[in-house]
Amino acid sequence: MAINREYVGRVYPATAPYEVSRVKIAEFADAIGDPSPVYRDAEAARAAGHADVIAPPTFAIVISMASSGGAIADPGLGLNYAMVVHGEQRFEYARPLRAGDVVTAQVTISDIRAVGSLSMLTTRTEIKTVGGEHVCTALSTLVERGDAA
Amino acid sequence: MSDQLSYEDVEAGAEIPAVSYPVTRLSLVKYCGASGDFNVIHWNERIARSVGLPNVIAHGMFTMAEAGRFVTDWAGPGATVTEFGVRFSAPVMVPDDDEGAAIEVTGKVEEKLGDNRVALALTARSAGTKVLARARAVVRLP
Repeated sequence: MAINREYVGRVYPATAPYEVSRVKIAEFADAIGDPSPVYRDAEAARAAGHADVIAPPTFAIVISMASSGGAIADPGLGLNYAMVVHGEQRFEYARPLRAGDVVTAQVTISDIRAVGSLSMLTTRTEIKTVGGEHVCTALSTLVERGDAA
Repeated sequence: MSDQLSYEDVEAGAEIPAVSYPVTRLSLVKYCGASGDFNVIHWNERIARSVGLPNVIAHGMFTMAEAGRFVTDWAGPGATVTEFGVRFSAPVMVPDDDEGAAIEVTGKVEEKLGDNRVALALTARSAGTKVLARARAVVRLP
């Protein structure tokens, strides 16, 4: 059940370019129940000082998961996803993601360790525009619980 | 749209009133689709129980998103979040009924930083249990 520690330091290839769309941002804002116009209406977003519709802060997980998803599904890593819960999450933003951004995400497995019956997997994902502008760094710790009772 | 807060109006130590955010099974289904995280423990009670969970649980990222809403609603539409981090200290159980669960978020202005930035310390509880720990956000006000 343990996660393969040999994967620490592994850097996965950057994802294919992902285009941040107004429709996806609005869908995400709906799903988290946030009615703010800056997530839906370009005029409202501009009036508030943004270049276009911006994404809610945690929208970055949609992009970082697309990247870490490849790592999580790597059979050599040995992660049992039904036994996984999210331990920690942190984002550092250079600016909000916004509609029209075309970004790639690159994940590095920064740490794997065992704490009792738990295995902890920490990843660092860098989200950049295809032009090379750094937008967000996402740091995630996933916890694989021990064997089910 | 909430009003825009200005940096000058913020005082270190100020408490931000609590807000309660509902979460139902439908919320989780919608969040699965919007986020792309279809982990079965967020929508299938049979499998959730079979892997030792007491019920279907909310995505940690759903809870974090509600804490994010709390920050951006307080800060106003022109604010931008520059840092946001949480530890998920307990899962939010979401029963199969019409009411679901509630996530209650509170916050406090921890300190005023340079460059119009403000650091907030956040708490989130559901059914009396602390569901986020070390929750902190830094937001830049216009």
